[in-house]
Amino acid sequence: MSQLSMHRRVFLFASSAMIAVAAFATTPALAQSRQETLLVLVENGPNSLDIHGVGTSFRSYVAAWNMYDRLVTFGRKALPDGTMTYDYSKIEPELAESYSVAPDGASITFKLRKDAKFHDGTPVTAKDVKWSYDRAVSVGGFPTFQMAAGSLTKPEQFVAVDDYTFRVDLPKKDKLSLPDMAVVVPAIFNSTLAKKNATEKDPWAMEWMKTNSAAGGAYKLDKWTPGQEITFNRNDDWKGGPLPKIKRVIIREVPSSGNRRALMERGDADISVDMPQKDAAEILAEKGSGKYLVVGVPIENSLKYIGMVTTQKPFDNVKVRQAVAHVVPYEQIYKSAIYGRGIPMAMGPADAPKDASWPQPFPYKTDLAKAKQLLTEAGYPDGFETTISIDLGDATASEPEAVLLQEALGKIGIKATIEKIPGANFRNAMLQKNRPIHIASFGGWLNFPDYYFFWGYHGQNAVFNTMAYKDAKMDALIDASRYETDPAKYQQQVMGFIKMAMDEAPRIPLYQQILDVGMQKNIKGYTYWFHRQLDFRQIEKL
Amino acid sequence: MSETLKHIRYVLTENPVTLFAFSLFGFILFCALFGPYLAPYDPLATNGAATLKPPSAQHWFGTDALGRDIFSRVLVATRLDLGIAFFSVVLTFAIGALAGIAAGFFGGWVDRVVGRLADTIMAFPLFVLAMGIVAALGNTVGNIVLATAIINTPLYARVARAEANIRRNAGFVEAARLSGNGEGRILLLQILPNIMPILMVQCSLTMGYAILNAAGLSFIGLGIAPPTPEWGILVAEGAAYMISGEWWVALFPGLALMTAVFCFNLLGDGLRDIVDPRRRT
Amino acid sequence: MLRLIGKRLVGALPSVIGVLIVTFLLTRALPGDPAAFFAGPAATPQAIEEVRRALGLDKTLPEQFVVYLKDLSQGNLGNSIATGQPVLTEIRTRLPASLELTLYGLLVSVLIAVPLGVLAATRPGSWIDHLCRVMTTAGVSLPAFFTGLLLVYVLYYRLGWAPAPLGRLDIFYSAPTSVTGLYTIDALLEGNGEVFRAACAQLLLPVTALAIFTLAPLARMTRAAMLEVLGSDFIRTARASGLPKGKIVYAYAFRNAMLPVVTTLGMVFSFLLGANVLVEKVFSWPGIGTFAIEALISSDYAPIQGFVLTMALLYVALNLAIDILYIVIDPRVGFES
Repeated sequence: MSQLSMHRRVFLFASSAMIAVAAFATTPALAQSRQETLLVLVENGPNSLDIHGVGTSFRSYVAAWNMYDRLVTFGRKALPDGTMTYDYSKIEPELAESYSVAPDGASITFKLRKDAKFHDGTPVTAKDVKWSYDRAVSVGGFPTFQMAAGSLTKPEQFVAVDDYTFRVDLPKKDKLSLPDMAVVVPAIFNSTLAKKNATEKDPWAMEWMKTNSAAGGAYKLDKWTPGQEITFNRNDDWKGGPLPKIKRVIIREVPSSGNRRALMERGDADISVDMPQKDAAEILAEKGSGKYLVVGVPIENSLKYIGMVTTQKPFDNVKVRQAVAHVVPYEQIYKSAIYGRGIPMAMGPADAPKDASWPQPFPYKTDLAKAKQLLTEAGYPDGFETTISIDLGDATASEPEAVLLQEALGKIGIKATIEKIPGANFRNAMLQKNRPIHIASFGGWLNFPDYYFFWGYHGQNAVFNTMAYKDAKMDALIDASRYETDPAKYQQQVMGFIKMAMDEAPRIPLYQQILDVGMQKNIKGYTYWFHRQLDFRQIEKL
Repeated sequence: MSETLKHIRYVLTENPVTLFAFSLFGFILFCALFGPYLAPYDPLATNGAATLKPPSAQHWFGTDALGRDIFSRVLVATRLDLGIAFFSVVLTFAIGALAGIAAGFFGGWVDRVVGRLADTIMAFPLFVLAMGIVAALGNTVGNIVLATAIINTPLYARVARAEANIRRNAGFVEAARLSGNGEGRILLLQILPNIMPILMVQCSLTMGYAILNAAGLSFIGLGIAPPTPEWGILVAEGAAYMISGEWWVALFPGLALMTAVFCFNLLGDGLRDIVDPRRRT
Repeated sequence: MLRLIGKRLVGALPSVIGVLIVTFLLTRALPGDPAAFFAGPAATPQAIEEVRRALGLDKTLPEQFVVYLKDLSQGNLGNSIATGQPVLTEIRTRLPASLELTLYGLLVSVLIAVPLGVLAATRPGSWIDHLCRVMTTAGVSLPAFFTGLLLVYVLYYRLGWAPAPLGRLDIFYSAPTSVTGLYTIDALLEGNGEVFRAACAQLLLPVTALAIFTLAPLARMTRAAMLEVLGSDFIRTARASGLPKGKIVYAYAFRNAMLPVVTTLGMVFSFLLGANVLVEKVFSWPGIGTFAIEALISSDYAPIQGFVLTMALLYVALNLAIDILYIVIDPRVGFES
C-alpha cells in the first residue's frame, strides 16, 4: 500500500467523520414527556444510601429522607412570604398512626400503621422499628451521636410490645427525644431484607446497605450511579401520607455552578439546589420577571463565623479577640462576599442580648480605632502574624470573606496569610484546633440555642467547638439549660450563655446562612426542611 | 558575534510572525519587570463601592467581585507567572535534556537508568502527579515550579535521547572522533547543538505548559494562595461570572494568559530558526 | 516479535513498581486524615483512633505498604470514601468514558494537525505556514477548561446549538448495552442510531475543547520533523534524481517524519488522559480524571492509588504499541538489549 493512498484515505475518513458528527449534533425531539419527571441539579450527589453508614455525607440525606419513612415527621407551615417550611413545633405521624407520651415523660408508645409495606411487599412491623433503632444506636459514629442527642442510647430502651406497638423508654423526660425521632437518622429499615444481606462480620448489613435500599418510603430507588446521578420512582403503594405528584425524580451532579445556572436559564432543569449567593441574589432582584425563581429560607440555627483558637497565643487574650471582632468589615462582607444572601449577625444593639432568641446579632461594629486600642491594651501594639484558614469546598463565599478580613487585619498591623484547605480535610484541620483564625459554619438540626452551644461552645470540646473554647461558667449554664423545665429559668440561662459568647468573642458570627433553591416557574410545593435537602413528596409540576 | 546578529536580523525580517513574537516577548518581559510600578491601583486593595464594574476609563479591565482593579492584577501577575514558567523550564532543561542526551549517546547502563526514571515519571498521569506533589508539599510557588519541572523532565529526556541516539554514529560525530575529540566534548559541542532545534521546540512549549499547568492547578483550587494575583487563578475565579454576564473578570486574565503562552510558543519556532546551524550556512 | 513484547513487559515492571511506591508515599504525604473523615462529624479523638486502627492506618508505612500489596494481588483496590464504591468498579465504569473522550479528541486532532503540519512544512515561510502556526498556537495557548467554558457559554447557553453539558448522554436516553464501554461504538453495535446520535452530540463540545488544545503539539512536531527530513541528504538526492514532488513528500519524507510524530502522539495521549480531567469537570463527564481529582482533594487514598496504577498500566501498553510502531516505521531503531 502506498503511503500516498493511505494518507488520502485518512483524510477522506477525517472529513466524512466530521460531517457525520456535525449532522448528528442537533438534539432530536425527545419522545418522552418530561411532565412527570423532576430533574434536579446538585453540585455533588450522595456517597451512600445508608444514613447509618460510615462517612455518609450530608448529600446522602436526600436519598435517605425520600426513600425511607420514620415513625413521626414534622408538620409544615407557611412563612410570611408564603414559602413553605417544616414546622418544628408540630410532630405528625408517618409510619406510626399515633403516639402517646407517658405522664412522667419517661416513655413514648407508638401505634404503627397496619397497612404499611416495604418496597418488596413485606409488612412493616414493630420488629423492624426495633431493629432499625437498635442499629442506629449500635453502629457508632454520626447516627449514634444523633440518637444520643435525644437521650436514645441503648437497645434496651426500644421495646417491640407487639407487631404494631413500639415503645421507647427514656432515662428522664427530654424535650429533644420526640423531635430527634423525626430527623433523618431513625429511618425504618426492612429488617428481614437487611438480615438476609448481613454477614457474621457485618451483622447490620452495613456493606450491603451502602448501595442498596431496604426501604418502604414514598420513593423507590431506581438507579444510582455514584458521582453522576441517582434516580427514583414513586412508590404507588405508599401509605405514610398523600400520594406524591411527581412520578420520577432524576438528581444529576453538575459540578460547575456556571453550567447549573445555564441549564436553569435555558429551562433544561427543574430545580437547582446548590445556588451560589450571587446567582440567587440576581435572580431574586428580577422579582420573578426572569426565566426562573429562587426561594430562599434562612437556615435555622446555622451561622457562618470567624473562629479563633483560644488555647494559643495571641488569641488566648480576650482583648485580641475583641479587637478582631471590631476589625471585621461586616458591611463589605454582606455586600461583596454573599450579595446580601445572609441575615447579618453583627452590628446589633450595644446592650444585647435583650432576649433569649437565637441566633441574634452580636453587638460588634467595624471600628478600627477601638480595635487598635484593644490590641495595644493586649500588648500587641505592632500587631502580629497569623493565618486565616478556609474550606476550599466553600470557597465561593469564604475566600472573599477571608480576603476582606485579611485586608482589614492589615490595617491594625496584623499580617495574615490565607490557607485554603480541601473540603474533606477541613474537618480534620478543625479537629486539630490549631488554625489560629478560621472561617467556618455550624448549624444544629435541632433548633434550640442550648443545642447549638452544646456543640459549638461547650468545654466537652466537640469538633464544632473549633476555637477549643473552655469556660466552666459557660459549661454550667449550657448543662443547666439542657434539661431545664421552667421557661423563665431557661430563658435566664440562655441569655447568660449568649452574653458570655458575645463578651468573650471566641467566635464572631458573621451571618445566618440562607438556603437558596432555584426552580422553574411551574414548580410548586417546595418546602424547606432542616436537613436542607429536597423532599420530593410535596413538589408538583404544573 | 556580528555574524550571529546578522543572522538574527535575517530571521526576523524573513519571518514576520517571529518578529511579532519577539516584540511580544519584549513587551511581556517589560510588564514582568516594571508591572508593579506601573499598576494604577494596588492589586490587593478592595473597594466595596466599585464591585464588578465593567471596563471603563478608570478601570481599563473592569473590577472583580471585591472591587479590585483587574488591569492592575493582570499586570502585576506577569512577574509571578513568568517566574514560574522560567524557573521550571530551567530546572527541566538542566536535568531532562542533559540526562536524555547522555542516555542516547552513551547507551548502556546510563541509558537504562535514565530510561527507567523517565518511564516511571511518564507512567504517571502527569497533571495528577503535579496535583499530588502540590497537594502533598503545599501550594507554594516553589512547589508549583518543582511539580511542573518534574512532570516535564521525561519529555525532554525522551526527545533528547531519541535524537542523540540517531546521531551517535552519524558522520559528523565520527569525524569529530577521528580528529581526536573526547566523548564528553563531542556530546556537548557536537550532539547538543545539533539537536538544539528540537529541544528548543520543546522548551518553548514547556514555557507555555508551565503557565497552563499553574492555571489548571488553580482551577482545581491547588494554586497559589489568595489574594496573590496569578493569571490562572484570575481566570478560574472569573469563570464563575461568565454566565451571569460579567465576562471581563475571566476574559482579560484569560487573554493575558493566552498571549503569554502564545508568545512562548511562537518564540520557540523563532528560536529554532536562529539556533539551527543548518539555516545559518 | 512476541519475545520482544514479553521482554518489554518485563522491562516495564520496575517502572510500575516505582509508580506504586511513589504513589503510596505521595498519598500518605497528603495533608488529610481519612480516619477523621470516616469517624464522622461529631467524633471524639478516641473514636478517631479506633477508626484509624480499623482502617489499618496506625501501622507503620512499610507495614501499610505490604497490606496494600497483598490486597492488590487479590485484585482489591480498596473503597472510595467519596462514592462509597469499590475502586475497581469505579474505574471499570469510568475509564471507558475518559477513553472515549480522549480517543475522539485525539482522532480529531490528528486528522487536522498532521495534514496541517505537512502542508506548512512543504511551504515553509508561506502565509499558509504562518497561518497554521498562529492558529494551532492560539489553540494550545488557552487552558482547556477555559475553552470548554467558552464553548458551553456560546454554543449551548447563547445559541442553543449544542446539547446541555450533562455528561455522556442526554438524561432521557438510557445507555446502550455495554460491550466496549464506549457509548458511540456500543450504540452502533446495538444498531441504535438515536443513542449514537445523542452520544455524538454530547461528545461534540468536550472533544472540540480537547482537540483545539492538542492540535499544536502534533502540528508543530509534524512540521518540525517534516522540515528536518525535507532538508536531509536523501531527500535532496531524491529531488536531484527528479522524483515527483508528491512522491518525495508523501512516500519518503512523511514516512520518516512519522517517528517523532508518533512519539509526540503517545505523549499527548498519556498527557490527555490525565489532563482532560479539567474538561471532564466542566462538562460533568463521568470520567476517571474527575474521580481522581476529587479523591486527591479529599485525601481519599484508595482511588488515587487505583487511578495512578491504571494509568501506569495503560501507559505501559501504549508504550509497547509505540515501540512496535517505531519498528514498523523505522527499522533502524532496534531494541537495545
